[in-house]
Amino acid sequence: MAKNPAARSQKTARYHVLIRGVVQGVGFRPFVYNLARRWAIKGSVLNTPTGVIIDAEGEEKNITLFLKEIQENPPRLSKITFFQAHELPVRGYTSFQILSSETGAGKDALVPPDVATCTECREEIFDKNDRHYAYPFTNCTNCGPRFTIIREIPYDRPNTAMAPFSMCSECAGEYGNPGNRRFHAQPVACPGCGPQVEVRDRNGKIAAGKENWLQKCWEIIQKGNILALKGLGGFHLTCDARNKEAIAALRQRKGRDAKPFAVMCRDLETAEKYCLLDKREREILSSPQAPIVILRRKPDAELPEELAPGLNTLGVMLPYTPLHLLLFSGPFDLLVMTSGNYSGLPLVKDNARALNELGQIADYFLLHNRDIVNRCDDSLVRVIDGETHIIRRSRGYVPHPIPVLRQPGGPVILGAGGEMKNCFCLLKNDLAFMSQYIGEIDSVEGEENLFASLINFQRLIGAVPEIVAYDAHPGYASARVARLIPAREYLAVQHHHAHFASCMAENGMGNEEAIGVILDGTGYGPDGTLWGFEIIAGSYTKFRRVIHLAGVPLPGGEIAIRQPWRTAAAYLIHFLGARGKQAAESIFKDKNLDVLEKMIVKGFNSPLSSGCGRLFDAVAAILGVCLENTYEGQAAIELGELIREDRGSTASLAYPYEIKNGVIAPGTMIAGIIKDRLSGTPAEIISTRFHNTVAAMVIEAVETVSLNLNLKKVVLSGGTWQNHYLFRLVKKTLEKRGYRVLYHRRVPANDGGIALGQAMIAHWRWLKKCV
Amino acid sequence: MPGMKDKELVLLAHGDGGLLSRRLLEKHFLPCFSNEILSELSDASVFTVEGGRVAVSTDSFVIDPIFFPGGDIGKLAVYGTVNDLAVSGARPAYLTASFIIEEGFPLTDLDKIVLSMAEAARRAGVKIIAGDTKVVGRGQADKIFITTTGIGFLPPGVDLGYHRLEPGDRVIVNGSLGNHGLAVLLQRETFGIASQVESDCAPLNLIIEKLLQRFEGIKLMRDLTRGGLATNAKEIALASKADIWLEEQALPVDEAVKGVTEMLGLDPLYLANEGKFLVIVSAGEADTLLSFLKEEGRSGNASLIGEVKAGKGNVYLKTALGGARKLNLLAGAPLPRIC
Ligand SMILES: [Fe+3]
Ligand SMILES: [Mg+2]
Ligand SMILES: [Zn+2]
Ligand SMILES: [Zn+2]
Repeated sequence: MAKNPAARSQKTARYHVLIRGVVQGVGFRPFVYNLARRWAIKGSVLNTPTGVIIDAEGEEKNITLFLKEIQENPPRLSKITFFQAHELPVRGYTSFQILSSETGAGKDALVPPDVATCTECREEIFDKNDRHYAYPFTNCTNCGPRFTIIREIPYDRPNTAMAPFSMCSECAGEYGNPGNRRFHAQPVACPGCGPQVEVRDRNGKIAAGKENWLQKCWEIIQKGNILALKGLGGFHLTCDARNKEAIAALRQRKGRDAKPFAVMCRDLETAEKYCLLDKREREILSSPQAPIVILRRKPDAELPEELAPGLNTLGVMLPYTPLHLLLFSGPFDLLVMTSGNYSGLPLVKDNARALNELGQIADYFLLHNRDIVNRCDDSLVRVIDGETHIIRRSRGYVPHPIPVLRQPGGPVILGAGGEMKNCFCLLKNDLAFMSQYIGEIDSVEGEENLFASLINFQRLIGAVPEIVAYDAHPGYASARVARLIPAREYLAVQHHHAHFASCMAENGMGNEEAIGVILDGTGYGPDGTLWGFEIIAGSYTKFRRVIHLAGVPLPGGEIAIRQPWRTAAAYLIHFLGARGKQAAESIFKDKNLDVLEKMIVKGFNSPLSSGCGRLFDAVAAILGVCLENTYEGQAAIELGELIREDRGSTASLAYPYEIKNGVIAPGTMIAGIIKDRLSGTPAEIISTRFHNTVAAMVIEAVETVSLNLNLKKVVLSGGTWQNHYLFRLVKKTLEKRGYRVLYHRRVPANDGGIALGQAMIAHWRWLKKCV
Repeated sequence: MPGMKDKELVLLAHGDGGLLSRRLLEKHFLPCFSNEILSELSDASVFTVEGGRVAVSTDSFVIDPIFFPGGDIGKLAVYGTVNDLAVSGARPAYLTASFIIEEGFPLTDLDKIVLSMAEAARRAGVKIIAGDTKVVGRGQADKIFITTTGIGFLPPGVDLGYHRLEPGDRVIVNGSLGNHGLAVLLQRETFGIASQVESDCAPLNLIIEKLLQRFEGIKLMRDLTRGGLATNAKEIALASKADIWLEEQALPVDEAVKGVTEMLGLDPLYLANEGKFLVIVSAGEADTLLSFLKEEGRSGNASLIGEVKAGKGNVYLKTALGGARKLNLLAGAPLPRIC
């Protein structure tokens, strides 16, 4: 009993509080529990499928402070999206309790993403006296697996891949103690009760167990072998990042010619040894999301060229599980860490499949007996001017929703996504739940992966789509899969309209008119040709292609996208005629240009494309930078790598071009490039000028559209905007001229983002139909 | 008296049933196709059937160009129908041939075609026992169209069909794919590609007859004409509701065909063949059937290319890297999907 009469006179109140958002598996209940004790609140806290419910009784003033503290300083990993409190009659509770989770029909609680190992857990696994010493599955409420192990919500141990492991008394003690860091940490485990690792050779024979796995792994890597390692969201293939032969073997066995390999390095200091990092890059690298960050490689860094051929950058991530941390406690400070799959196929996540499907790539397998429920690739980001731009949004971010401007109560909408970097999106109320990276759909495995992931995701989000939106391309497998999802309405959405809408949605825009600059690869246009360089004007509900790049035939169709020299020759022949053919002959000496010319003239298997990606392909091939793409976007990326921002006035010049009747004619630019190329101008200068020209085209086109339609907001979307030089130049120039420039950060500018746009377009069209 | 020029070209009068028609028949067709039934020149040809099952197949041939490396429209008209009968399990015996000829068609070309048909019929062991000729005005037909109808006899006990497919059955093809379609395309489009690719146009009935005598485990056969291997496999899968798994690495494609199709951005699996067929055979007989094809059928490139599995009518192509791609019916040139 309080002795202070003033306090005694305080009114006792009781509040029922509902909190939604990422509030499960992030230490929310122990946080509430401790706070309740601090403010002498009685009652309970409960996890339900609709969110966390607090029943709080105490002095009015204390309750106010208690609730304020919850909203202002919630646990680091939590995110409150909804907070509602209403008063109830006083009950006279005598204690504050954490009640066990309740299962039920509503599913508004958010599933948390996976979290990189926290400092405390890291210390424990390297502390000989701690019972978690050297244990690769150590975690707590602040860190550990989440999305990748959850089968069903609410997020409780029996609904996760941890279900088969029953806690020992020590773990159970920590799990049940509200004062402990592991209080209600669902995946809590120790060497005595949790999952275990083992090493097997490619015949499935055990090579090491939990006692000696680490030494065995070091030995395997030291010998130049390739190790398949079961990680958090799937398998990695790893080898010594300094061993050229091992890297070459990995490339050859995986069927991956030149696509850069990501590396994992021991710690931030190691990363600084090889790469140039700014403050933001350091932060994001060591963030709980722990993505792969594209960093500028130090020019003098002693790293094999084979890691990222032709690039000045390196994709780097830090160890994000105890297993990785232990792996880096030995002789290696830098390991190749690439996804465990063959090019184009989904990431392998199960032991048996790994032994079966990766048996031709890996020499050894580091396996463990905790299932990966949801496949989740590493995320990929790049920092531009201090801002993080997500290129692949997956582990660490998914299934965290992206808030969008939308009235609650509308139908649940599925955006099925694209075909190559697929990611789908479930739009529920004002939250867009973007799926993990699904990748390529153009295989039986890819299609199955999309389907299975969609089913899982629907269950975890607790949303069944009523409207399904998909890409209008008649050949997309993702659209075929989408139409198999039961729904009451289906809507085909144009590829670049989806890109545009995706960027609008990410920036919280409503259904307003804006200018869209969509610079992309190839997407299906309503006129049956392939689009990809559009200045559009429109909103979610409608759009118009106002200015676009002239089309060029792609001789051979899809093969021209894999072989940029074809597109280069097509540009030369199509726009410059005999003069262009001659130039092509002098550049592509060993290629059969007569046949190509005939194909172009006859229109034989040569679909028209106006894609920006194809223009980049052509210029890269003309410069001899890249004649064949061995991975998507290779030519454009390598061309971008040539840019010299400090070359002064000659490089800052642009080539001539013409915009007439809404069409950007690149002929004079191509002629200029050829002239420079044949007169021996360095490729760096030509590339820089080319980029400047594209920027000039875009800016002039935007100014024209703005003048005619009186629009001042410019939305940038499409894969080409990942070119940071072009992005910076256009953004800076437009902003200087008074435009409001909207661009992607949290959602990829590439096809990984279009699902969001599809869903938002479907929403606004549905809404318009309703009024 | 017709002048020199008239002797060289087909005239409308060649089709009017009068003197010129008679002359066309006697001078250009009968000497080549002669056999005891046709020589009767009656309104209908009559032959005796010894009981048992009769198979009939008909096909019209309209091809541009009519002469191409490795064949011509005449040869195609004979083998096309002969092969349709053969893959159904029948022994082709008789053909009828009906010609629609465009006014102005050179008679020398007609002779070449008719001779080629006669030679094809001889090689296939069939008789052309009835025919018809019509001439249409310029532009109303493109040079020459030929329709052939074939009659064959099914040996007792032959039972082929979708109903017989079982999971585990093997899929065998008798040789390299895509040659005919590519040879015709290159002849028509003249890309200026110097290529050795010739049509594979050939009769299949002789080897098939031998196969059926030896291998009870043959479930189904199909000639891989229009739409190529992919479309035909898909049609089998759709009709049987089984899945067919093909191994990309096992598919026989000649280097020359590979090179040119890559250049043009085409898929040889969708190009027509005129002497290639699929055999679906029980797993137990697959290996011996394959060696028999290679030795007796002199089909060095015959290959075991896949397997039947329980499923839903899909065709899967297992790629070298372990993934699989679904094959669908031919549907025009596919638009690129890479963004
Ligand atoms: Fe795109
Ligand atoms: Mg037929
Ligand atoms: Zn922790
Ligand atoms: Zn334990």
